[in-house]
Amino acid sequence: MNLRTLVWRELFERKSQMVTVFVGILLGITTVVAIKTITHYSEKAVARELDTLGANVLVLPKSVSLQDYYAADMHEQYIPEEYVLRLTMSNLHGVDNLSPKLCVPVELDGRRYTLTGILPKSEFSAKAAWAGAGIFTRPIGCGAIDVGDSPEHDDKRSLVRNRVIETLERHETLIGADAAQALGLADGDSVELLGQPFSVVAVLPTTGTVDDSRIFAHLHTVQELSEHGQVVNCIEIVGCCKEISAGLVDKIDDLLPEAKVVTVAQVVATQAKINQLMERLSLIFLAIIVVVGGAGIANYMYANVSQRRREIGTLMALGAESSFILPLFLSKACLLGAFGGVAGFGIGTILAVTVGPKLAGVPVFPMPTLALWAVVLSVGIALASSYFPARSAARLDPCATFQEV
Amino acid sequence: MLQLENVTKSYRHRRGQVTALDGADLTIDSGEFISLVGPSGSGKSTLLVMLGGMLSPTSGHVLLDGQSIYDLGANERARLRKAKIGFVFQTFNLIPYLTAQENVQVPMCLNGVGAEEQTERAVALLERMGLGDRLDHKPTELSVGQQQRVALARTLANDPALILADEPTGNLDPETAEQIIRFFEQFHAEGRTIVMVTHDPRAAARAKRTLRLANGHIVHDESPSRVVA
Repeated sequence: MNLRTLVWRELFERKSQMVTVFVGILLGITTVVAIKTITHYSEKAVARELDTLGANVLVLPKSVSLQDYYAADMHEQYIPEEYVLRLTMSNLHGVDNLSPKLCVPVELDGRRYTLTGILPKSEFSAKAAWAGAGIFTRPIGCGAIDVGDSPEHDDKRSLVRNRVIETLERHETLIGADAAQALGLADGDSVELLGQPFSVVAVLPTTGTVDDSRIFAHLHTVQELSEHGQVVNCIEIVGCCKEISAGLVDKIDDLLPEAKVVTVAQVVATQAKINQLMERLSLIFLAIIVVVGGAGIANYMYANVSQRRREIGTLMALGAESSFILPLFLSKACLLGAFGGVAGFGIGTILAVTVGPKLAGVPVFPMPTLALWAVVLSVGIALASSYFPARSAARLDPCATFQEV
Repeated sequence: MLQLENVTKSYRHRRGQVTALDGADLTIDSGEFISLVGPSGSGKSTLLVMLGGMLSPTSGHVLLDGQSIYDLGANERARLRKAKIGFVFQTFNLIPYLTAQENVQVPMCLNGVGAEEQTERAVALLERMGLGDRLDHKPTELSVGQQQRVALARTLANDPALILADEPTGNLDPETAEQIIRFFEQFHAEGRTIVMVTHDPRAAARAKRTLRLANGHIVHDESPSRVVA
């Protein structure tokens, strides 16, 4: 006979109560684990979507002031293209994409257009890969998962959305929607720019910005034809908003002291706000479970103490000290919490993986790290809500065991 | 062994103060067999639980082997109980989810006795009570007489010098009550001190000394050598 035997026997003596409180804990932890797992993957999916909103950090010449996000590169100040290499070779965390741009005016059919030189990602990421270091040696995507609905990488129209293009040949061009309409151009047509023939690989969808009137070509071709040398007007950076909050802009500033580094506040603020909202939602659910689950367990434990007054009084009359009575109740709570936590994690994970994709529209995977979290939370709630009932049991008047005092 | 020095116990109620025990002085020597008798509300059980270290007096002192027990903390009194005192209750107070043997093991478990010794001693005590074939029975599977015998075995588990019994035959038929009283006489013969609250005149008559209580006072002590409050 020992404390463990007493706890174990008592648990099974009141089976229906034990099952009720176990199911209560189980449901609570199942809900928390399922919600936590689904929201974790939803947050990642949302983060990915947010990161495709476009560049949120701009590197500009020192003298330029930012008036319009979409026209940040339309000025006649330059920074060296070498900055792109510096960025790609750096160990900065949270730079998801880079897009250097150089703008030159061109005249077609008597109208002025802006020819924007862009550097396809394949070129600068390849340079970094040859050097075996830099930001693109790490997985990109801000740790976000692919929800499977983003445009194909080789679709040139992704430029509109991502502000970055994967590949572009030296004599290929992309035409903004308004420019294409005005010039009567379509996919596969040819057009002469700065005295060189270019093939139109895509007409970009309408964006409602100055991009609709632009013509895009390979940066190095534009540099050669305009005789500007290896310079750019601006480098657009897609930074992970968490890293921006953690000081990414300052780090870029340190890396490129001769340039001006600007955060596109509105984009970053939106990203941060939505991420914060997701985190808060998760916390609200957790708080509800803790309060409701805790109240349920506390209620059960108080009822249990009340029912066992005579038994506790008898134990005290036989010589039980408070150091025996307190663990008698807390061990029971601990057992229920541990089993409830493990089972809740299992069922919650199965629910999240099977139902989550249908509800949230994102792929959901098991999160083994939540197992420990679920058990700690479950045992913590059980212990915290049982402490006061257990303490009141340990302070019971042993006279309760006598018929008449 | 036990001494009460001018002990008073009062309870506060909404309608005023009730005095359960009023300036009681009493000396109980080792090896005595005492019955406490008196009408309901006379203070018998108050006196009993006070002797057991479970109810502190409003004033006065209760001494066990010269030690003022209410000068000790609650846990120290609990240790004193498991070392020296055994309780017998009117409703037996067996733990319902434990077997007869496990119930007898409980006081030994509280006293830190090893598992093997617990088992050996519990079996021996239950056999002494004539329950050797009921070791694995739960209280609900036993008759009331058998339950009280399990309770008696439990009382002896830590070999107490003092046994405090609260109406031990109150719930029993006359034959079973007689059986239980015989066990008390055996315990007394072994040198244990017994204080028994009872309403049963036949049980009271078997004690060697009878204290009658009324309105919180010890009004009669059958032994003329004792001080009567």
